[in-house]
Amino acid sequence: MHRLDAAFSALADPTRRAILARLSLGETTVMELARPFEMTQPAVSRHLKVLEEAGLIVRRIEGTKRPCSLAPTALNEIDQWLAMLRRALEANYDRLDEVLAEMEPSKEKDRK
Amino acid sequence: MSRLTLKTEGDVHVVVTRRFKASPEAVYRAHTEPVLIQKWLLGPDGWTMPVCISEARAGGRIRYEWTDGKGGSLLLTGEYVALEPFGRIVHVERFHMPDPTPDNMPNPTPDNHIETRFEADGEGTQMTMRMTLPDSATRAAMLATGMEDGMEASYARLDAMPA
Repeated sequence: MHRLDAAFSALADPTRRAILARLSLGETTVMELARPFEMTQPAVSRHLKVLEEAGLIVRRIEGTKRPCSLAPTALNEIDQWLAMLRRALEANYDRLDEVLAEMEPSKEKDRK
Repeated sequence: MSRLTLKTEGDVHVVVTRRFKASPEAVYRAHTEPVLIQKWLLGPDGWTMPVCISEARAGGRIRYEWTDGKGGSLLLTGEYVALEPFGRIVHVERFHMPDPTPDNMPNPTPDNHIETRFEADGEGTQMTMRMTLPDSATRAAMLATGMEDGMEASYARLDAMPA
């Protein structure tokens, strides 16, 4: 759960969401990321550290650069969230089935 | 056996489908009439919705307040954009987290734009609910919120998070 909490917190920051949106287009260097955000490279690096610790991005070493990209497992985490959301929805809709079963006999009477 | 499908579509959409054994009219009413909404849109067992405002007209307000009776609460506000009885509802919704805000979530959550369609399907109704979030990262965050809500409070998100 810790990792999911970290991903959740990492996604709460608008700059980090923008960085992820940029990375969804492909691998990027810190310098390329800093430019559109009008941020210093150390500031971008701090955001990248949070995203990396949350397991949302991966970085590799290429000479003095450390280009980053979206983590393949980030999608797995989203799949897990989908599964949890699905369970919450199922509980509501199972309840709605009961409400509808009670409503239908009076359907004709209520029809406008 | 599950009749629910839930999938992401493109970068910013979440699509939920579900079949109900009732007419489109009944399902539409259960989604728009406060007395009916309060019976099912509750999330986990133990939660109730003491306040339910649903002004089912274009521009009408939506306000759902949930409580677990033990100090836990959650608030959703929104507005109806368009209603076509008994086939289509378009509305916008957002969640307001109780203080303190968990995990630095944006509060309220970004607007979730939701189109819900009800189509007659034999004796029943096929519902298709399509959520549109501002961007892909917000969608990911909303799905995460839906998870947290599912465990602690309620239903996304939806609206997703969603309704």
